[in-house]
Amino acid sequence: MTDKKNNLALTGGAAAAEALKQINPDVMPVYPITPQTPIIETFAKFVADGEADTEMIEVESEHSAMSADVGADAAGARAATASSSQGIMLMAEILPIASGMRLPILMLVSARAISAPINIHGDHQDVMFVRDAGWIQIFSENAQEVHDNTFIALKLAEKVRLPAMVIMDGFQTSHSVENLEILDNVAARKFIGEYTAKNTLLDFENPKTFGPVALPNSYFEFKRAQVEAMNGVIGEIGEIFGEFGKISGRNYDIFESYRLDDAEKAIVVVGSTAGTAKVAIDELREQNEKVGLLKIKLFRPFPYKRIAEALKNVKEIAVLDRTVSFGSIPPIFSEIVNATGRKDLQSCVFGLGGREIFVEDLKKIFEGNWGERGNLGVKFIGLK
Amino acid sequence: MNNWQNIEEGSIISHDIKKSPKTGDWRYMKPAVDKKSCIGCGQCFSFCPEAAIDYDVERKADIDYDVCKGCGVCATACPRGAIKMTKNS
Repeated sequence: MTDKKNNLALTGGAAAAEALKQINPDVMPVYPITPQTPIIETFAKFVADGEADTEMIEVESEHSAMSADVGADAAGARAATASSSQGIMLMAEILPIASGMRLPILMLVSARAISAPINIHGDHQDVMFVRDAGWIQIFSENAQEVHDNTFIALKLAEKVRLPAMVIMDGFQTSHSVENLEILDNVAARKFIGEYTAKNTLLDFENPKTFGPVALPNSYFEFKRAQVEAMNGVIGEIGEIFGEFGKISGRNYDIFESYRLDDAEKAIVVVGSTAGTAKVAIDELREQNEKVGLLKIKLFRPFPYKRIAEALKNVKEIAVLDRTVSFGSIPPIFSEIVNATGRKDLQSCVFGLGGREIFVEDLKKIFEGNWGERGNLGVKFIGLK
Repeated sequence: MNNWQNIEEGSIISHDIKKSPKTGDWRYMKPAVDKKSCIGCGQCFSFCPEAAIDYDVERKADIDYDVCKGCGVCATACPRGAIKMTKNS
């Protein structure tokens, strides 16, 4: 675990590609889009150099990429892809098909703003747009988490037979070089194991139909069963985190509590901003401010009970969303309101279209007057 | 009717080959190959939408009547007029 040769300086995108190399998926249809490119260009180099023998398919659109993934996965292959922003939007038609057919496709997402106006920088509008597509969604704070979540998400997806997204922040994580420790090859492959599909189209002795028509007399039951499968994820992920901890020395949970035990004020955030928030919290703690952080990793399915438990002693809570929900309240805020049953939380929207958020901004959130509470009002952080 | 607890996962339906319906049961018109006129060119194979035609031991067109739906495309495609459509009996 302290083997120096596994310590590398990589972008988040390359960290994901390193994980993909060790996973060595059978099929990976891809269509390039900023800021997902570091993932697929690094992985394409591994394939070109013979370090992975994945069938990379250069498709004509993201709609085709996800369609090819569905076909490959239904045929019994281990299939993956990567995308961002408008690419995710174009895939949106196929995403519920992947989850409805219970195909454990792995998708790396470098989260980015959506048009219009056009913007290539990081926020969470793309992944939040498809939050009801029936995919598992796991957010990553940094390159290390991207690398680790790629393994965890794939193993989880194949266990519960549902597709999974591993989400990193566009540019902030996907293009920033950080030190990380990659897994040992043997341990990584053993952790992932060989993939055996439960149902495959290529099993000629046991012919199957994927994607039949289901009329009003059965469609409802199929969807109810899918709800149950998604709810089952929370019960399965703990064991996988445990197993991953044994091979990596890095112990994860469905969320991370940072200095939350005695916190009177806490913020809830996902993604790379959690790292900035930790610095802000450390500085405020030196001034004896009782502040803390709850960083959500597993967003779909949403672990309501455990999050309510983690936040039950916190007097004041601000929830940071890097997206907006037009005509409604932002999604993570909405989930936390539902989880806690409290109406006195502060909603903060920040960082749309890659607008930076600094330690000082986060300190101001803690120090600020959360006066709009009670009417579910939203504060816009860093707005001109 | 299944309830949601025991319905097929992912709406993936398994089939018992033995019970699979034969599309040939739908047939109204039936193609008949005149083996003497057939030159074994294989033109009809590529037109048959059911892939129901193959060579017999003498390299002549041989129709699998279990799956042939009797559409008649083969009779039109045959350059020798060796396939005639007759009423299914």
